[in-house]
This record gives sequence, structure tokens and C-alpha cells, in this order.
Amino acid sequence: MTTPALGAPRRGPLGRVADRVGGGLLQAVMVVIGLFWLVPTLGLFVVSIRNETANNSTGWWTALTRPAELTLGNYADLLATGFTSSFWNTVFITVPTTVLVIGIAAMAAYAFAWMEFPGRDTLFLVVVGLLVVPVQIALIPIAKLYGTLGIFGSIAGVVLFHTAFGLPFAIFLLRNFFAGIPRSLLEAARMDGAGEWKIFSTVVFPLAKPAVASLGIFQFLWVWNDLLVALVFADTDNQPMTKALQSQMRQFGTNIDILAPGAFLSLIIPLILFFAFQRYFVQGMMAGSVK
Amino acid sequence: MTNRLDGPQDAREGGDAARGSSPGPGPVSSQGPTDEPPPPATEPETAGAATAEATTAGAAARGSAAPAPPSARRGRLGPSPTLALVFMLPAAIVLGALVIYPIVYSIFRSLFDATGDTFVGAENYATIFSDSSTLTTIRNNLIWVVFAPATVTVIGLIFAVLTERIRWATAFKLVVFMPMAVSLMASGVIFRLVYEQDPDRGVANAVITSVQGLFGPSHGYPDARPRENDAAPVALKEGAVVTRQAVKPGQAVQVPLVGVKPATLASASVAKAAQPVPGELTGTVWVDFTQGGGGTLNQVDGTEKALEGVTVEAVRDGSVSATTTTEADGTFRFAGLPQGDYLLRLPQSNFQEPFNGIPWLGPALITPAIIGAFIWVWAGFAMVLIAAGLSAIPRDALEAARIDGATEWQVFRRITVPLLSPVLLVVFVTMIINTLKVFDLVFVIAPGSVQPQANVIALEMWRVSFGGGGNQGLGSALAIFLLVLVLPFMIINIRRFRRDNQ
Repeated sequence: MTTPALGAPRRGPLGRVADRVGGGLLQAVMVVIGLFWLVPTLGLFVVSIRNETANNSTGWWTALTRPAELTLGNYADLLATGFTSSFWNTVFITVPTTVLVIGIAAMAAYAFAWMEFPGRDTLFLVVVGLLVVPVQIALIPIAKLYGTLGIFGSIAGVVLFHTAFGLPFAIFLLRNFFAGIPRSLLEAARMDGAGEWKIFSTVVFPLAKPAVASLGIFQFLWVWNDLLVALVFADTDNQPMTKALQSQMRQFGTNIDILAPGAFLSLIIPLILFFAFQRYFVQGMMAGSVK
Repeated sequence: MTNRLDGPQDAREGGDAARGSSPGPGPVSSQGPTDEPPPPATEPETAGAATAEATTAGAAARGSAAPAPPSARRGRLGPSPTLALVFMLPAAIVLGALVIYPIVYSIFRSLFDATGDTFVGAENYATIFSDSSTLTTIRNNLIWVVFAPATVTVIGLIFAVLTERIRWATAFKLVVFMPMAVSLMASGVIFRLVYEQDPDRGVANAVITSVQGLFGPSHGYPDARPRENDAAPVALKEGAVVTRQAVKPGQAVQVPLVGVKPATLASASVAKAAQPVPGELTGTVWVDFTQGGGGTLNQVDGTEKALEGVTVEAVRDGSVSATTTTEADGTFRFAGLPQGDYLLRLPQSNFQEPFNGIPWLGPALITPAIIGAFIWVWAGFAMVLIAAGLSAIPRDALEAARIDGATEWQVFRRITVPLLSPVLLVVFVTMIINTLKVFDLVFVIAPGSVQPQANVIALEMWRVSFGGGGNQGLGSALAIFLLVLVLPFMIINIRRFRRDNQ
């Protein structure tokens, strides 16, 4: 966004000088604020590539003048501890959840948007209501349920839990998008004799790509970054990175050479996704800000 | 990277006409398909029979009205309710079994004791409001709700307004928005590092220390002292280190000290012996100790470390004539002193404990510290939503006010903020819900020993049920309590949604 002509009519040359000075000050303030947001993550990164003795004796910022301390050794050590398996657990939890949520929610959203059945609007209000239900409510009942089903501690259990709590937002988002598709398109397809499944899969779903993309990225990040559900439902063999990191937190001071690279590895994929798909990310956030 | 974080035009592109068409700045209030009513399959007939109000009256009304005129179906163009059921079924099963059923079960379970065998009525709820540890969680959640949502909203508003006036707004937005993509777990690790108490390790205290350093002595050497023998040129006197003999301008004075811990000197430079300069009083303050042995007493040897930032006073007849501080190499100089005899004094302030950091993670500051991390995470969310609302405000309204002579502040206060109020409310409400549910940040940032002081309801719920508490009755009651707390916002959402769809 370019600078709009703020208050241009009333300013003489003196006012313009004042604007310049004020503008410079504003720039400086914004740079400082930006640093506030950038420095903590930068610190994590630098700590993750510094050797242990350096981390224990001085602040990470001193490494900027002493690049000799920098090493990839922490990452090598971390990977030797079996962190890779928790990385794959995170992937195996996140990817199926995202696919399931999109699939199940798209079908329901299609029904909500373009099909006629008794109680439809009331049911949709229930979905809107479920948007804010805290996951805590389901931890105890589902732990018991999973115990009975024998899937407590498994990846399947974690996936199912995340799918359930991802659905209200997903249905909400997709239904609103589907409802905006011109009805003439659907009418035409119906006239041509296409069945509902065909309309859904070949007309509506492809048209909804932007909404599906923003839902997908949101859902992916939400599950990738979850700690609480994994803490309860994933056992040690199936734990994702967040839980693996959490178990190291108790010895924060001494474990920082494991924690910092671990935390950085866990956030690098979300960050890449964020920079690559930020448009969809913002879009999904705007659409779902009731959550 | 183009202006992708720049307002709703971009964010809503991609054929999302339903959301873009709303006149209001509130992105959520623009959710509904405002250009069309939720489309029933047999739209022309239904619209005639039930009028526009049917949209909110519910599908039931329409469902019963539609079959009445048999011709309405026109060869059954729309799908049957049975088919709709098939489309709905997977979602209904998952939501029913994993969200709705648990709510009902939790209500039921909260009325039983820890083992689940004995019915205890409302006893678990009584515990929530009488037990001191749960009362602490409620108090903390209250602090969260009072401070965090308002701060996030105000900061988001300020950032959104300010980014309109800089050219690199997109870069700024990306940076501030980035924490949204990072897990709260990783954010927790990040802030544990930021809040480390030692100013040499935690960046927060490092910044505070260096800002303080601009105003006062930043280096304290609490253990430094002169050697206790008569050969040493300096001696301890009332807490200060003073030269034994009077010195004159033109001399170079050696001030050897010992007893400084090697850790303190890790980043210190090597001391340099000051050379005499005519008319100036010069000297060196350093640690007269060569690591690994060797070196000459009371002389600056090649590897000995300097003491930087030490205050040195030139004292004449009991009063201070001049003050200076040592350089990185330990040297100091007084220029332009009148000729005469002086004593050099290193005042006691050099040997007091240095500032050793604010205990961010201590029991007193832990909740504000975690709220700080929360603001860091969520400010970008608030900023982007509010910036989108801001760009939807008609520019001519602002211009008209300016032409009428309104100041920028008046324009902001009387026009911008009121027009933004729907989106501000959305941000505020979202943040309240988030603060009520806050779990990860508290769990990760608060060290084990201060978790009781930092505890919040969501964390306590996990703790008593799974984290060693072993009381799922109380856990269920806490979960229901949490649900009751978000219930008003659930109702607000439903109301807003129904209103927007009318």
C-alpha cells in the first residue's frame, strides 16, 4: 500500500519538513518493532547452531562477532537421538488429518449449501456453535472410548481426534464458499443429467480450490503445531515433535542444544508453507476468525 | 512477494465473491452468502411460497412447504433428502461420536468422584471454587482475560494504522504475522530463551542491562580486589581501591587487581599498558594474573585481561577533581588536570554486585511474561484483520473530515475507530476465547517450580486428569467449566451468523 495523501491540503513547506522528520521517526519506530518480532526467532536459530560451551557461557548475539562457534553439530546430535521418528510421526498425523478433514467437510458443506433436507439450517447453527468448543471437553471421554476400542496411544487415534475437532471450522468455511458459487452452474449440470456426486466432484470441488487451499494450510498448521492432543493420545512410539520436545523441557538449561535445533526443525516446515501460501493462510484466517 | 498481506482485495481474490461483497469492514460479518439466500434446490417456487424470510425460518418450514405444490419439483431437479444424508453422514458420525457425545459424557462424569464409582453431585464444582490451586487458575485466567485481549487488539490497531504510512508495509506485516505459523511449543522454547534471567544469556535482560548501561556503570566486578602486599601500588580503603602513593599528571599508573572470576572475563580484551603522556594522567586497570602461570607481578603482561568500564576518580585534597571510565583495553586517561598531587580512586560502586537481570520466570512476573509471549504470537492476527477492515473504510469520508479541519487524531478517534468497531469486536472476542483456552504457552514457558503460580484452567484440567492428578471427576468438571466460559461467545457467534444471513 502506498502512502495516501494524508492531510495534504493543509500543509505548507514547513509542514512538509515536519512530515519528513515525523516520517523518519515513524520508520525508526517500525524498524524497532519489527526487530522485536524478529529477534526471538533469530535467537532460537543462532542458539541452535552454536556449540554447547558457547551457549552456556555467553548470549547468542555474541556469536555474530565470533562465527567460529557456529556448528551443525547440534543438528547431527539431535538426529542421532531418534528425533527423525517423531518428525515422521508428525507427518503421519498431519497429512491424513488434513486430507480427511477436507474430504469429510467438503461433502457435508456441499449438502449444507446445495441440498435440501429437514433441519438443515438448525444443524448448521450447531456447527457454528461447535466452532468454539474447547478440546479439553473431549479428552477424558475419548481417552475412555479409545481404551475400549484399543486405539489409545496410536497415530490413528490422534488423527481421528484432530479430524473431529477440525470439522466444524472446515464445514463452516467450505459451506460459505460453496454457497457463493453461481447456482446457474449447478442448474446447468443438473439439466445435463449429472448426478449429485458428479456435480460435487467435477463442478463444485474444483471451483472451490482457493477455499480448499486455505482450509488445507490452516488445518495442516493446526495439527502440525498441536501439543495437547498429542500429549494425551500419542504414546512415546507415536509421539510427534511437539511432544518429543516437551519431554525435554524439564531440563531446559542443560538440554538447550537439543531443544533449540528441535524447535527450529519443527517450525521450519510451517514457516516455508506460510511464506509459500500466505495468501491462502490470510484468507482462511479471515474466513474463520470466529474460531 | 507482492502485497499479499495487504488487505481484503488480495485476501479475498479467487472468485470468493460471497465474502468480498459485504459493505461492512468486519470480515466475519461478511461471511454469509449475502448475494443469494442459502440456495434451496427448488429456488423459484420456494421463494414464491415462503418469501425471503424462509432463509432464517429454517429449512424445516421450506421442506414442508415445497412438496405442497406438486408441480414445484419439475421432474425432481434437486437431490433427495436421502442423498443429502449420505453426504452428511461421515461428518455427522465423527462429530457425534467425538464432539457431541463427549460433551454429554463429561457433564455426566463430572458428577462422579475420582474413580468414577461414587456419585458426588456438584462436589467437583464446589472443589473448583474452594480449592486454593484451582482458585489460582481462575484468578490467572481473569488476569489473562482482562489484559491480553485488549492489549492484542490495541497493538493490532496501532500496527494496522502505522503500516498504512510506510512503504515496506508488506515486509513488516510478514514479520509480525510470522509467529502465527509457529507452534506454541516452539514459541515457548523461543521465549524461555528470551526470558533467561542471566543478562549474558537472556536477550530481554541483555537489552535492559545495556539500556541501563547508558545511564550508569554497566560493569560490576564484585570480587575484584588488590593484592594484599606492600608491593602492590593500590590498596583497599573503605571499600574503594586507592593508590598508595600520590600521582602526578604525566605519569602512567598501574592498577592491578585480582580475584575476578574467569567467567566474567570471557569476553574481556587483553590489557594494554598505558604509556605516560605529558600533561595527562594515564593508567591501566587490569587483572594481574596470567592464566597458566608466569607473568610479572604489577606489570601488564601479554595475555592478561583488561577490566572495562571501571570508574576511576582523580582525588585531590579529599575531593574528586575528575572522573573517567576505563576503555576496553583497560586504559584510562585524565586530560587537562591542573598540576599537583592526586590519589586515584576506584570507588566502591565498581565492586558492587552488577544488575543480574529481572526474574521474568519467577513467581511474581510469570503471568505477565507469558502474556508478553501471547501478544507476540497473536498481534499479527489482529493487525491483518484490522488492516483489512481499515482498507475497506471509504477514503472520502476521511478526506471530507480533514478538509473540514479535523486533526489526524480527531479523524482517527471519531471516524476510523467507530467504523472499525465490528472488526475490533471480532478480534477482541477471538482473543478472549483464546485466552480462556490458553494452555501450551503456560505449560512450556513456566518452569516446573513456578507452574502452580502460572497455572490456568486449561492446564489444570490436563494436570488433574492426565498429568499425575488422577482425578477425572474434577477434570471433567473443569472441562465443563471451560465450556461454560466460552458459551457466551458461542451464542454471540450463532447470533451474528443468523443476523448476517438474513
